Order: sequence, then C-alpha cells, then structure tokens
Amino acid sequence: MSTMQDYHSRLSDPASRKFGTFSYLPPMSAEAIRRQVHFLISQGWSPAIEHTEPQHTVGSFWYMWKLPMFGETSVEKVLAEAEACHKANPGNHVRLVGYDKLRQTQGAAMVIYRGKAV
Amino acid sequence: MKPAAKAYSAGVKEYRHTYWEPHYEVKDTDLLACFKITPQPGVDREEAAAAVAAESSTGTWTTVWTDLLTDLDHYKGRAYRIEDVPGDDTCFYAFIAYPIDLFEEGSVVNVFTSLVGNVFGFKAIRALRLEDVRFPIAYVMTCGGPPNGIQVERDKMDKYGRPLLGCTIKPKLGLSAKNYGRAVYECLRGGLDFTKDDENVNSQPFMRWRDRFSFVAEAIRKAEAETGEKKGHYLNVTAPTPEEMYKRAEYAKELGMPIIMHDFLTGGFCANTGLANWCRDNGMLLHIHRAMHAVIDRNPHHGIHFRVLTKALRLSGGDHLHTGTVVGKLEGDRQSTLGWIDLLRERYVKEDRSRGIFFDQDWGSMPGAFAVASGGIHVWHMPALLAIFGDDAVFQFGGGTLGHPWGNAAGAAANRVALEACVEARNAGRQVEKEGKEILTQAAKSSPELKIAMETWKEIKFEFDVVDKLDVAHA
Repeated sequence: MSTMQDYHSRLSDPASRKFGTFSYLPPMSAEAIRRQVHFLISQGWSPAIEHTEPQHTVGSFWYMWKLPMFGETSVEKVLAEAEACHKANPGNHVRLVGYDKLRQTQGAAMVIYRGKAV
Repeated sequence: MKPAAKAYSAGVKEYRHTYWEPHYEVKDTDLLACFKITPQPGVDREEAAAAVAAESSTGTWTTVWTDLLTDLDHYKGRAYRIEDVPGDDTCFYAFIAYPIDLFEEGSVVNVFTSLVGNVFGFKAIRALRLEDVRFPIAYVMTCGGPPNGIQVERDKMDKYGRPLLGCTIKPKLGLSAKNYGRAVYECLRGGLDFTKDDENVNSQPFMRWRDRFSFVAEAIRKAEAETGEKKGHYLNVTAPTPEEMYKRAEYAKELGMPIIMHDFLTGGFCANTGLANWCRDNGMLLHIHRAMHAVIDRNPHHGIHFRVLTKALRLSGGDHLHTGTVVGKLEGDRQSTLGWIDLLRERYVKEDRSRGIFFDQDWGSMPGAFAVASGGIHVWHMPALLAIFGDDAVFQFGGGTLGHPWGNAAGAAANRVALEACVEARNAGRQVEKEGKEILTQAAKSSPELKIAMETWKEIKFEFDVVDKLDVAHA
C-alpha cells in the first residue's frame, strides 16, 4: 500500500473549481474531442457552443456563442465554431452542448477548452 | 320492455358464475392485474381466479340482498384469462380487469387496499402474488407522479450527459451531527453529486434531525464553494407522524437544501403522496428509499412484485427510486431489473415477457424518475453499472467511497474519475463492459485515488444466485 495522500482542494485555490462532466479527467486530446462531437451528432442532438469566464462557472446560463447548430452533422463545422469561440474569448471555458429536443434536456455538456483558473 | 330485475336468492354461489368471463373484452379504461395464484388442492383454476377477482372487487363470500340495488355487472372485477406459469405447475397466472370506477382518483392507497387487501389472506388459495398492473392512462392522469422528474432535476442540479454519483453515510447509526456533516463534506468536495442519509437515520438521541440538517447544510455550502458544482444531501424526513415529516421538510427548505428523502413503504403511500405534493409545491427534489420491499416482493409465489411497487411509487411521487444494482450485494436479476427501470423512467413501456412485463403501460405526460443503484458496489462495477443503467441513474457507493484507504474525498474522486472515464469511452464507441479493465486502468494513470481504489476492491464480488427469478420454462 502506497503512502496516504492528502486530497488537495482549497477554497483559496481556483484550480479546485470543477465544471461538470469530464472535468475530473485530464483535458481531452483533439482526437478524443472529435469522437465526443461525433457521438453527440450521431444521437440526433443539436450541437451548441457556450462559454464563460472561469470565475463565473456557477449558474444555469453561460454566454451562448451564436445559436445552436440545428441540423448540423459535420464534426468539422462544430469544431470550427468551438475554436472560433475560443479565439474570440481567450481564457474562457468553452463548452460543447448537445440539445436533445425529444427528451427536453441536454444529452451532453462538456468543457472542451479549459480557461485559466483565476 | 326492459327485462325484469333479477330475483333475490340467498346462499353461497360459486364465484365463477359471476366473476369468470373468458370472453370479456378489455376496455382501455380498465385497470388490469396479473396475479400468480397457487390454489389449495382441489380448487380448480377458473374458480380460484374468479374468487380472486371477486374478493379484490365487489364480492363477498355469500350473496347479500343489497347486491341487487346496484349494477354489479358494471362494478365487478372479472377474471378474463388464465395462463400457465412457465416452469412451475403449482401455480398459474390469472388476468383480472377492474372498471376504473372502483378506485378513487389519484389514490395509490385505494388501489392497493383493493388489489392486495383481504384477498391475500383468502383460504381457497395457498399463495398469491401480484405480478403486474396496467394502470389505464385515464387513471395515471389523476395522479401527481414525480414532483420534478429527470429533466427538471438535471437542470436544477446542472448535471448532464452522465449518471449522478451518491454515497450513503456510514456508520449508519451512532455518529454525532457534526461528525456526520464532516463525512458528508468530505464526500462532496471529492466529486460526488449527492450524499444520503441511511434509511435508519431519522431522529435518534445521538443525532437529532435538526442538528443533522444544520451541519449537512454547512457541508454542502462549503463543498459547492470549493468545487463550483451543485451538491445535495438526501435529508431523510421519514418520521413517526405526517406532522413531524412536514416539519422536517420545511426546515430543509428553510436551509435552501435541494433534496429530501422518504421511505415510501414504511412511511406509507398516504404520507408519500402527501410529501410528493409538498415537494412539487416547494420545488424540492424527492429521493425515495424502499425499506421493507423485500418482505413484500422477494417470495416468487406470494406478495407483490417489485415492478408493481415501482409503478405505485411513480404514481404516488418520487424523483429517485432504489432499484437494485444487479451487480452488488442485493437481490436483482438483470432482465427483470431492466424491466422495472423502464417502468420508472420511460413514457411508454411495451409488454415484454422476457423482462417480466405483462402489459403495455402508457405514462402519458407523467415525468420519469431516476433509478438508484446502491448496495455493495465499488469502482470495478462502474463499467457494468453504466452499461445496465445508462445515464438516468444515480450510482451510490457507500463503502465504495468511505472505505477508501485515503478517506472519503479520495474515494469520491476515484468514483468520479472512474465514472467519467467510462462515459467518455462509451461515447467514443467502446464496449465499456468488455473493456472495463483497460478503461479504468488507463484512467488511474492520472488519478492516484482511483489507482488505490482499484487495488483495494479488486477481489470483492457478490456471486450468489438470485432467489426471485423470472418465470421461464426449465430446459
């Protein structure tokens, strides 16, 4: 048994803040993100991009980047919008959302560009 | 001219004359029930089925003159079909149709008082089990149902695209309120979404409910500030009286807590339905525990099948219901469990005997509830749990969080990392059950907490055969 470790999480350390599904995993590679976008589209969900300043992750409403991409089936186009959002808002968290209109919920929501914690 | 009314003739008649109607055409508004009947020796099937129909609806053991003052042909339940039970010739299935007028609107209490009332002690049958009930949509719409439902809960808790994670705080009895709050805080800061009062925790001398609620609220607030995520703790408001139950619920609301908890069988359908209504009025999520269910549902020949208790809860109201884990320490066959989690979550469930479902069930616009898998599970079970339950479930690791060698926060983080790794892999098209070991091993490379959890629980399995299996013909 290895030595016991302290669990590092602090109110004073912004890096302790999480941001939903997959935020406990290391950042995904470009290829891994591509697979998640593909999954979302294959479920028939509408892709959408949202973003926020890392100090304001709490709350139901992040900034919407343009409108959800209804009917979009190109992984590349979705990734390009996420990148455009990231470039226009450097330092922000950028989140990919899949709107499931049949079940009236978000089938997926994951941060794919991580902003710098402040 | 209309035919003359029937003359009165006192005495005991065979039930089949009145209550066995093999040519009856079922109405869309009828409430249908499937019973598994084990008759006493010498009682034939039609008579036993008719007796069950009679005793669970309008009949009594002898004719009474007041029968003739009403239209019993309209009000009576009818046995309309009999089937063999595959693999068991001591018993048979009887299908009974009840007119909707027999039941008070919106009253699970009233339905069950009839269907599983005196008839279960009836001498002509040796054992009786209510296997399934078809609630007509007309009746479903008179019930409140889950106070919030799956979608609303996801929005309120801001959690999407994955199952939720919980943990029951242990030891289940004996902690002081502050030490209990500590255990809650550690779990939540480590990455769980919820913690839970054990069902045995109500308001004992060692920890009164108000103290527990206060310390837990502080734990939640700090964990939320620290992680930036929404957190909750199922504050158990199950109480000796309804007045006391509501008092506790009001305090949870005053503290701004998102979710409370109730035990729907020991607390009773009346209390549960009232509490669900209160939750709907007050925007409170409602977690439902099922203590006492195994007394009622485990014997394959007598009692009420859990799929029926699931329907009762969905009608009475609750946003979460414990459904068994399939893989952990508690009873539950996989196909059968898939059947009742569908009944809990879906809008329309088709008859499917391979899952033990005897009737189509239309839930109309009634929300669904989260299935809760809890009991003897740990990180190694995560791939199977995700494959069985999908996203609309809460996985609760009690010992599997608190028993981590580095403590609750590390245990919680291990579970959260394992869950997210499995969801990511599933979305990427991998077979999570088959490739579980590789997926977890890979994820553990960046999570020392998960690595230690995997070393700690590697060998623990619960491989006893289940007692209550689906009825299938022997090979």
